[in-house]
Amino acid sequence: MNISIEHVSQKYGSHVVLHDIDFKAESGEVLALLGPNGSGKSTLIKTIADILTPAAGMIKIDGTDLRGIDPIDRAKMIGYVPQYFHYTPFTTVLDTVLLGRRPYMNWSVSDDDLNVVDNALSIMNITDLSDRFVNELSGGQRQRVFIARALAQAPSFFLFDEPTSSLDLRHQLETVSTMRDIVHKDDSGMIIALHDLNLALRYTDKVLLLKDGEMYAYGAPDDVLTVDSVRDVYGVNSAIVENEQGRFLLSYAPS
Amino acid sequence: MKKVGKSSTKTTRLYHTLQKRKRLVLLTLAAILILSSILATGIGSVYIPPLDVLAVFGHALFPDLISSPDNGMADLIVLSFRLPRILLTILAGVALATAGAVMQGLLRNPLVSPFTLGLSSAASFGAALMIVLGPAIFGTLFAGTILLAGVTFSVKSVLLIFSAFICGWLSVILVYFISRTKNTSQAIMILAGVVIGYLFQAGLLALKYISNDDALREIVTWLMGGMWGATWPTIVILLPIVLVCFILIECRAWDLNTLSGGDDVAKNLGINVQRFRISGLLIVSFAASACLAFTGIIGFVGLMAPHICRMLIGNDYRYLLPASALLGALILLISDTVARVIFAPIEIPVGIIMYILGGLFFLFLITRGHGRYLA
Repeated sequence: MNISIEHVSQKYGSHVVLHDIDFKAESGEVLALLGPNGSGKSTLIKTIADILTPAAGMIKIDGTDLRGIDPIDRAKMIGYVPQYFHYTPFTTVLDTVLLGRRPYMNWSVSDDDLNVVDNALSIMNITDLSDRFVNELSGGQRQRVFIARALAQAPSFFLFDEPTSSLDLRHQLETVSTMRDIVHKDDSGMIIALHDLNLALRYTDKVLLLKDGEMYAYGAPDDVLTVDSVRDVYGVNSAIVENEQGRFLLSYAPS
Repeated sequence: MKKVGKSSTKTTRLYHTLQKRKRLVLLTLAAILILSSILATGIGSVYIPPLDVLAVFGHALFPDLISSPDNGMADLIVLSFRLPRILLTILAGVALATAGAVMQGLLRNPLVSPFTLGLSSAASFGAALMIVLGPAIFGTLFAGTILLAGVTFSVKSVLLIFSAFICGWLSVILVYFISRTKNTSQAIMILAGVVIGYLFQAGLLALKYISNDDALREIVTWLMGGMWGATWPTIVILLPIVLVCFILIECRAWDLNTLSGGDDVAKNLGINVQRFRISGLLIVSFAASACLAFTGIIGFVGLMAPHICRMLIGNDYRYLLPASALLGALILLISDTVARVIFAPIEIPVGIIMYILGGLFFLFLITRGHGRYLA
């Protein structure tokens, strides 16, 4: 399965946010969307999720126009985790994760649905929180709940909008690493907006670097994330550090 | 991802335990409502013991099997006067509480209800508009009757519901579109509701000013909120409206659940959020407006019942809606019974009691509930 983003542009009013974005995301790989604040990462993720309609261009899943796909079928293909979460008081973790099964359920909840939810909770290590109310959890715990919700949706493609922003260092590494393993093992796909360049270097297969709503570079992380590209796009000086664990970017001063 | 992994029974056990608890709450509420209805039917200027009330019901349903009670007046009092009133109270409670729960879910705002969105004022304005202008517009037709599906209705009742519904729905839609332009913040939505409510109240004042004595009396009684308008034809009109609207919205319970995750998540899960929001508001406003057309302004049931039920069984709308409906009916039934007997033989409008109860509850929500109930 693949998602083709074909010459997509997006604007809010007259303000152009994305211009002529053109790339393809394949199943079995993790693609990182990188770029500074306001570069259009969230807008691109929402456009691919069909939450926003492109101002120009087209998005296709396996060659079929996304907008021609039935919403329930689309929900089984694409699972989206937003950057900011909404939750209602007195909603348990279990009920929140169960929402991911909505495309598969009519009224009653089957044991199969509950098993998928159980596994999603287990993967995110939040089974013990199942009967807790979401509004009583910490920011990081909540973020894991919403990722579990997307896992329960069992889509072919995951779209994550900065899913690790509220997580501590250990959970950031664990979450991205776990998601990468799932994508590789199940041959699903993932597009993930990230701020941490080292997470992208270490855990993703491809990188799309955005600058002012345009594609700056697209390719393998090691090829795209260089000292020059980071200076051009982020305006910071950095150095490449290599050890037995891999290659890392150390940003040390504004350029 | 095709399959997340191997199965386990821990989540299944927890889910079924929580379901059992929710069903128990529903059954308990239903049992209390039935018991209260029997007791409330017996309470009044002439006291009828609960067993006699049951005998009247039984005799009405199975005249050959169950004999009517010894008290010859019991049949007449129960069936002709008290039962229609009890049923109107229950229907109004169901419609208003369901409307409150659905509005809170659709608009993701815990403080909205038919009352706070201005629907009550607007529906009352619509009803008053028909009381005052109906005779002039429709002439002798206004006092006539109409045969619908084999049942005779007064034209006035049908027009009152229609007018109340149009104005009630207009108010909700206006508030929705005003608040949408401001990112649907909770405060803006409540303020928009207050402002729209004021506008309809201004219209109401104007109608009172130009109305004749009879119409004025009818409007004033109406505004205080009461169940005096209960007759069997009223129940025949309202019962199918409330029932059908409830079933329609209960069928969308999962969609209401998905909205709790935000518009973007709901869209991603296959919901047409905009269309669902409009159609959902249309359905619950119809049932609530139709009831308000007969009862006048009844405030706060739509706020209290869903919040108490959320505390009891959580936010799963499959259970929250029936629980809110049952509790809304119960709150209104108890309040109306108190209104009937507290200063007997004088009745006070149930609307007054609801203002007191609801006002205190609203205060609780915005002071004690900060963070926990309104997050």
